[in-house]
Amino acid sequence: MATVKGAVTVNTERCKGCNLCVVACPSGVLDLKKKEVNNRGYHYAYMIAPDKCIGCQSCALVCPDACIEVYRVVEK
Amino acid sequence: MEINDIIKPQNLVYRKPSLLNDAHMHYCPGCSHGVVHKLVAEVIEDMHAEEYAIGVSPVGCAVFAYNYIDIDWLEAAHGRATAMATAVKRLMPDKLVFTYQGDGDFAAIGTCESIHSCNRGENITIIFINNAIYGMTGGQMAPTTLLGQKTATCPYGRRADLNGYPLSITPLLAQLDGTCYVTRQSVHTPAAVRKAKKAIRKAFENSMQAKGTSVVEIVSTCNSGWKLTPQQANEWMVKNMFEKYPLGDLKDNG
Repeated sequence: MATVKGAVTVNTERCKGCNLCVVACPSGVLDLKKKEVNNRGYHYAYMIAPDKCIGCQSCALVCPDACIEVYRVVEK
Repeated sequence: MEINDIIKPQNLVYRKPSLLNDAHMHYCPGCSHGVVHKLVAEVIEDMHAEEYAIGVSPVGCAVFAYNYIDIDWLEAAHGRATAMATAVKRLMPDKLVFTYQGDGDFAAIGTCESIHSCNRGENITIIFINNAIYGMTGGQMAPTTLLGQKTATCPYGRRADLNGYPLSITPLLAQLDGTCYVTRQSVHTPAAVRKAKKAIRKAFENSMQAKGTSVVEIVSTCNSGWKLTPQQANEWMVKNMFEKYPLGDLKDNG
């Protein structure tokens, strides 16, 4: 059976840490950095559980600052 | 499979639209404006309309829209975006002309221009962001503010006897003969974002085919004005705003 693997990259300097991608993700891949901040002082998003990503683009669609790029591979 | 094997250009399925430039958006974290800017940029890119799209930005939070989307823009006087768009479209009928307005601009100071542009059936698209509050000036009461909603100028909640009733302007516009497509969308979930993108695409195509005025209302959040987190603001919108401003197509003559 084909499995779908995904990954996202976050433009950390553009991210404002609004948490909407974390809420939108159906598989709990994303979280905000608890202690690190970007140049503007926002806790940016990152992949806390990269293995679970299915490349569904939900996070990128709701991101108000368009800082998420989504990659997707179908393994046969 | 390792992450580095997945993150390769050939596997890219979603990226920032190229028309959305790298300028840092001044919007508050979680603001719906960012999502709608992204959708407008994506639709113009999909339609290959970069060279002939002209936007009219309003006074309000979206006043700097011309800094973020890399197309031609005009800045209108407060509320007069649809009047200016009328002039641009009549002088250059082959251009894609749209206005991007908030509720203070479109439904308060600009009500006259908004209604008459729609009634004349100008071949423009109006993108109307309704967040039930004056966001830019610090969260005062707007005509669209819900009954009981607290803002800086109605700190005990809006009262019908004192402040009047919330104005739902889109159904008014749907009654006019000049409009061809009137819809109300939102951008709080991935599915809603996809639907809103389709609505904007349809509205832009209508205006290029000279079918009349298209109005796309986006029911939005203003988490700073509402004093909520972005997530709570989305939940508050679903619970309270959708009752007064239900989503869906109000008119579709396409």
